[in-house]
Amino acid sequence: MARRSHVQTTINGETVEFLCEPRQSLLEVLRDELHLTGAKEGCNNGNCGACSVILDGRLVNSCLVLGVETEGKSVETIEGLAAPDKLHPIQDAFLENAALQCGICTPGFIMSAKALLEQNPNPTEHEVRYWLAGNLCRCTGYDKIVRAVLDAAAAE
Amino acid sequence: MLENKEHKVIGTRPIRHDGVDKVTGRALYGADFQAAGLLHGRVLRSPHAHARIISIDTSRAEALPGVKGIVTAKDIPDAGDKIADLGEGAVNLKYLCDNILASDKVLYKGHAVAAVAATNPHIAEEACTLIDVEYEVLPPVLEVRQAMEPDAPLLHEHIRTTSLGETAEEPSNVASHIQHKLGDPEKGFAAADIVVEREFITGTVHQGYIEPHNATAHYNADGQLTIWCSTQGAFTVREQVAEILQYPISKIKVVPMEIGGGFGGKISVYIKPVAALLAKKTGKPVKVLMNRSDVFEGTGPTPASFIRVKMGATKEGKITAAEAYLAFEAGAYPGSPVGPGAMCIFAPYNIEHVIIDGYDVVVNKPKTAPYRAPGAPNAAFGSETVVDEIAEKLGIDPLEIRLLNAAKEGDRRADGPVHPRIGCIETVEAAKAHPHYTAPNGKKHHGRGVASGYWFNIGLESSVTINVNSDGTINLIEGSTDIGGTRASIAMQAAEVLGISAESVNPSVVDTNSVGYTAVTGGSRTTYATGYAAYEAAQDVKRQMIARAAILWEVDEANVQFADGEFSSINGKEEQISFRDLCGRLGETGGPIVGSGTVNPGGAGGAYATHVVDVAVDEETGKVDILRYTAVQDAGKAIHPSYVEGQIQGGAVQGIGWALNEEYIYNDEGTMTNASFLDYRMPTCLDLPMIDAVIVEVPNPGHPYGVRGVGEVPIVPPMAAIANAIYDAIGIRMTELPMSPDRLLKAMGKI
Amino acid sequence: MRDFSYIAATTIPEAVALLGEKGESARILAGGTDLIVQVREARRDVDWMIDIKSIPEVNVLDYNAATGLVLGAAVECYKIYANDAICDAYPSLIDATKIIGGTAIQGRAGVGGNLCNASPAADGIPPLIVLNATCVIAGPNGERELPVEQFCTAPGQTALQKGEMLVSLKIPAPESNSSSYYLRFIPRNEMDIAVVGAGASVTLDAAKETIVSARIALAAVAPTPLFAEEASALLAGREVSDEAINAAAEAAQAIARPISDMRGTAEQRTHLVGVLTRRALNGAIQRVQEAT
Repeated sequence: MARRSHVQTTINGETVEFLCEPRQSLLEVLRDELHLTGAKEGCNNGNCGACSVILDGRLVNSCLVLGVETEGKSVETIEGLAAPDKLHPIQDAFLENAALQCGICTPGFIMSAKALLEQNPNPTEHEVRYWLAGNLCRCTGYDKIVRAVLDAAAAE
Repeated sequence: MLENKEHKVIGTRPIRHDGVDKVTGRALYGADFQAAGLLHGRVLRSPHAHARIISIDTSRAEALPGVKGIVTAKDIPDAGDKIADLGEGAVNLKYLCDNILASDKVLYKGHAVAAVAATNPHIAEEACTLIDVEYEVLPPVLEVRQAMEPDAPLLHEHIRTTSLGETAEEPSNVASHIQHKLGDPEKGFAAADIVVEREFITGTVHQGYIEPHNATAHYNADGQLTIWCSTQGAFTVREQVAEILQYPISKIKVVPMEIGGGFGGKISVYIKPVAALLAKKTGKPVKVLMNRSDVFEGTGPTPASFIRVKMGATKEGKITAAEAYLAFEAGAYPGSPVGPGAMCIFAPYNIEHVIIDGYDVVVNKPKTAPYRAPGAPNAAFGSETVVDEIAEKLGIDPLEIRLLNAAKEGDRRADGPVHPRIGCIETVEAAKAHPHYTAPNGKKHHGRGVASGYWFNIGLESSVTINVNSDGTINLIEGSTDIGGTRASIAMQAAEVLGISAESVNPSVVDTNSVGYTAVTGGSRTTYATGYAAYEAAQDVKRQMIARAAILWEVDEANVQFADGEFSSINGKEEQISFRDLCGRLGETGGPIVGSGTVNPGGAGGAYATHVVDVAVDEETGKVDILRYTAVQDAGKAIHPSYVEGQIQGGAVQGIGWALNEEYIYNDEGTMTNASFLDYRMPTCLDLPMIDAVIVEVPNPGHPYGVRGVGEVPIVPPMAAIANAIYDAIGIRMTELPMSPDRLLKAMGKI
Repeated sequence: MRDFSYIAATTIPEAVALLGEKGESARILAGGTDLIVQVREARRDVDWMIDIKSIPEVNVLDYNAATGLVLGAAVECYKIYANDAICDAYPSLIDATKIIGGTAIQGRAGVGGNLCNASPAADGIPPLIVLNATCVIAGPNGERELPVEQFCTAPGQTALQKGEMLVSLKIPAPESNSSSYYLRFIPRNEMDIAVVGAGASVTLDAAKETIVSARIALAAVAPTPLFAEEASALLAGREVSDEAINAAAEAAQAIARPISDMRGTAEQRTHLVGVLTRRALNGAIQRVQEAT
């Protein structure tokens, strides 16, 4: 078996060290090694977006990144979004718009929406739908999710 | 029974109680469970759709470092011929066990054969590849009509068709035949000026919840088995596991974690007993997870079906007779939802003469499981397309013909029950008056379609307890796993009774040791039945609080009234105390108050929906785009309108997926070739417009606030509505689902 | 997932040496969006993943209006479409990079990886073909160049020899009065693999009425993406017209050798080649004509 590698990375602003096998994805490292279970596994092949995180400022599927690849990088996950006493505006917008039902896709959608609004603070409905197309939701029909993201953009 | 008064909490849109946990990633779902010393389990699945198992040799796998235990069907107690009653009807226990781990035959590609527990999931997966299974491959049968042929390969040697009380002598893949009859169909068709008869095919589709199945199990040294999992019903998991493992329910505790979607697909157990077996064998907690292809290939999809519908009408549009033939694929073991399909198919109409035949047929596909209004969408695709064709041929507006024939209170459904107060007419009228329906629709290759749907909804058992806190809040304990905001809709009903805010209720979904029996979150029953139990528990609290106020004021209980959150005395002393203040005085008036409510209500009100859809058809590629969608539905009473809208929107979009692209695609060997989210093609947000959800409220007399279940009926109309819209756009009747681009190209004669 | 080792190479010679040493069991890791899935699903046996993302040459994204584009093999899609000059010069490449997976995939996946994955349905390859791209390949014997249409040899197979790796793609500067277009047919609007893909580039005369030259390429209708050479040649010197475009579309259909699978049937694909070739050509022509 390949030796476990030592990796140092920044997660939600904190320096983190962990050991992982090369075959462990960033998603597995977050969940199984670091117990950050907000990122979810829905498909494990990049088709559902439930594991979306932001890697060095860019939205990625954490199931398609190896843990060892994050050496020296910066990872943002859903756990790092809210301030201790205040939710992020996107989180507020999801709650106010009832933009979640079962909630399993919600962390992925929120991270994806965050990445969108960082680079396009005033997206159109079509731009929101295009950007979020890699995130599957089976409960909501997306209506309230799209409204939440548009509301969050308007609020920011 | 109905409380016809203004509501303070019901009908408002508070933030759901579990919301913050779910937007911050803190909510713990089944796969998020962690434990010290945890082992990881993987299931080996059959590569063949139909084969006899000759032998299973696990020795190579056992030798792999890190492997801690392997189980096969031999580890499951012999079920014999026992029939188990699991609350939702009797189930042959051998079928149940064989679907967990195949004993003698594998009946579908993906059928579980063995399972491994190892120190990490990669080792468990590798060990699965080292298990040597010798198969005698048999020819599979993959389609319902082929399976019904007398010379079709037989899945089960012992199945004899039961038909209207008789059992056949020859073995068959047809497990059962049911029939419902009203009036004299021959006479009804003779009275018709127009008869339309068409055949329909629907594909196998999956619930498509984003969270794969999961289970972690642990045995204590005292024999206490605990299972942490996501499920639609912790108590049904307890019952199924107890039956499969022949283990007393008193020794099983099921802890429902948050659940990432179910839609009916997380009622049956698959890997929960497997995790328990592995935990027993290893003495360690074992977490078993499915991956996405396991979910597609190893868990219940909803059946493909062959349907024939014949309807007759007078030239004025009065439907005189209807006939349906429904043949549903059950998958590997009997038990398709052909029964509910037969109950729902003509339910939006009052038809004097009806005959419906339903067939439950086994095929070499995964055992089907419920999926949102199981059976009804398949059936409505047929009936609602035929109604549309009759309307078109008679030159009658398609919503007008529905109004002309609409079912109403006192009419009889073909399978027997007489409708109580229902909202069929009201939903069609609301659709007809909606600006979507009255907007022009004239562009070339654009079309508009409508369809209606029905789902009967269910009641079943629920239990709620309420602990009153000294600060005027309550803790509400319930057993219904919350898949779509039901903590809120249940809490709001208790809040309404007690005159407190929704935020003053802390709802908790707890394990099977901590609340009274509660049936599954399914059948659109949770807000109805568990909400009803919460109402009863709150009434219990109210009664006890009135007694405390009476003690406080030294008056007779009969002289205490409660309104708008205030207790006051009548007939004499002028005393008043708020709910909140009285909560602070429980200690001095007798101690804590715990209220409880249990129900098994019979008054679940049926739900109707009518959908309007505009489509654009690309005549060169066969692609259909949804331009506008309006879904009207009778909710009885919308407790939390946002989550009612969410159910309507979500159901409609699952229907859109079913209509346009979703299906299991099989090769000749019976392998599903698109077992991934990439190729199964569920709708993304870029495939959809906003979904306009219109709530109609015709209160259900069987619930104190008039609630009808809302979760299921929205998936019933979309397929027919879209087929009718495609017809409007290009003049072609699509009769096979999905109406995918290649099928449209063929229908248009382009290929 | 099978066990493998991971090495982050920092120079081309290091990566080339590793590839030579490890042979068939080694694979270059760039965006990983195909490779990681293939290894996880046991569709590719890999013992060594050689991460090249720290190598400067594979991260080059350099556009010069005179000399054209150098596109490093590991440059992610999002960097390509974030560059306005590249968007103007090579619109078909932009069409493709915006539809490869979803936005999260585009944060990792690149056109170079898309090419090396050698899927018949790759969206990134037809634009490279119609834009006349050249592959710059490093190997034990130094660098060599290869026209992109010769790079894929079979599904998942490329012209790379033992020890070789793709370093970059060179795309010539666009001629005046030229443009390009790529589209695919999928049943949904995103996240699907192309049922058929078609790319076209055209150069028109100064009056924008006559086609000087054109290139057409197809995806998902043969074991590799195809350069539709005859169909392209038919257009040279023709006036812009439905007739000319239809003739090219028919010629493109003639070379399609599609299969039926879960993503589409052979007859559907052949039909779509005609539809999409027309739409790609019209799209490219329209872009030239609308340019000021």
